[in-house]
Amino acid sequence: MSPLMSIFKRDWQLAMRNKSEFIQPLVFFVLVITLFPIGVGPGLATLQKIGPGVIWVAAILSALLGMEKLFRDDFNDGFLEQIQLSGVSLSLAMFIKVFCHWLLFILPLIVVSPMLALFLNLTPAMYWALLATLLLGTPILSFVGGIAVALTVGLQRGGVLLSLILIPVFIPLLIFATSVVDSAVFGLNYWPQLAIIAAMLCGAIAITPFAMSYAIRVSHH
Amino acid sequence: MFTWLHPYAKTERAYALCQSLFPYFLSAAVLGLVVGLVWGLVFAPPDYQQGDSFRIIYIHVPSAILAMGTYVAMATAGLVGLVWQWKTAYMSMIAIAPVGALMTFISLFTGAAWGKPMWGTWWIWDARLTSQLILLFLYFGVMALYAAFSDKQQAGKAAAIIALVGVINIPIIHYSVEWWNTLHQGSTITKIGRPSIAPEMKWPLLVSIAGFIGLIGTLVLLQLKNVILIREAHRPWVKKLLLTSSTKGER
Repeated sequence: MSPLMSIFKRDWQLAMRNKSEFIQPLVFFVLVITLFPIGVGPGLATLQKIGPGVIWVAAILSALLGMEKLFRDDFNDGFLEQIQLSGVSLSLAMFIKVFCHWLLFILPLIVVSPMLALFLNLTPAMYWALLATLLLGTPILSFVGGIAVALTVGLQRGGVLLSLILIPVFIPLLIFATSVVDSAVFGLNYWPQLAIIAAMLCGAIAITPFAMSYAIRVSHH
Repeated sequence: MFTWLHPYAKTERAYALCQSLFPYFLSAAVLGLVVGLVWGLVFAPPDYQQGDSFRIIYIHVPSAILAMGTYVAMATAGLVGLVWQWKTAYMSMIAIAPVGALMTFISLFTGAAWGKPMWGTWWIWDARLTSQLILLFLYFGVMALYAAFSDKQQAGKAAAIIALVGVINIPIIHYSVEWWNTLHQGSTITKIGRPSIAPEMKWPLLVSIAGFIGLIGTLVLLQLKNVILIREAHRPWVKKLLLTSSTKGER
């Protein structure tokens, strides 16, 4: 088995043995979305209007919540240092770890999203557009977020700091994602916006592993 | 150029450079601000539509224009630090950050004060306002990350990485926000009809922009001198410098 496969398998097994950890962001996601109909009133038209934005904001918040632990244990027990010594590319290892994290922590959010679309009275057209943005957009959250996580991993209290650094960076993604859904409402062509999100994803996959591995080296310093 | 630059990687030389540049920036700031603001606030003709309240432009526009440029300067200092591992570059980066945040805040504050009489509201989610607000948050992120580390060398590297992530994002933010705003633009959003500015209004504006550049330089140099002295407090040259300046003060 190649070393990268074994890193993936290891991360997967570790998460599977501690299920509560990756169920928490999922429950948080559902609860935050439940707050909105209660907070703004149950009017179906209002919910439909704010729905896509609410789902995206909740996804960003729960991604931030789940991200904090992304590298922490591996950093503290020296696993990442061992990878650096082993000759395996640290950037590729980071890529695998972030991808595994996305599968375990973010993909479940997308899996429950049809139920939330019913909660918020989204039409099928809106939902398909939303699903496309979530599938293309949430990996950007994980990859870009990984840089900030790698930088703050050595700090005692990284949580709020992480949000402070990352939320401004995520704003363009939120704008494009919600505009895709807005276009879908009127039956307009939303491929251009989707293509921009896909381009951002390609850029993020290409660049962020290097930034993450550099950030880990800074944290080890 | 590199051989010319690299002595300034030493903090002592960088401090001396700050000292020698300081009077030039200070005089540019004082001259530019006094001339530009007095000219603009007192002698320039009132606007035919906005009356006297347009005069806030002489503070608002310079700070707004320079806020983003200051961010790029900060990120450049961070990049220099990451590439050549100069600690003076990190020091300059962190000296620039609060000044840039201040400029962004001034532009937002004066913008709000201007928006109230002109648009009838303190704040609208206009593209320019929004991207300026996000810029302020980006500054806060860099400063907060730097402050969170106790090892300041590591803090410099971390903050530089985040500053670079931000600088990649600035154009994306700028265009996405502009696009978002035009998509959502309703009848409530008033746009500043930006008439091509009259020359008797333009010249004081240019002078105050120059004054603001001088002001930013002055503040950055002051801040950088402090950062160097605090970080290098254990060095003999700092002790000597502080001792001589304090004995001078006693006399």
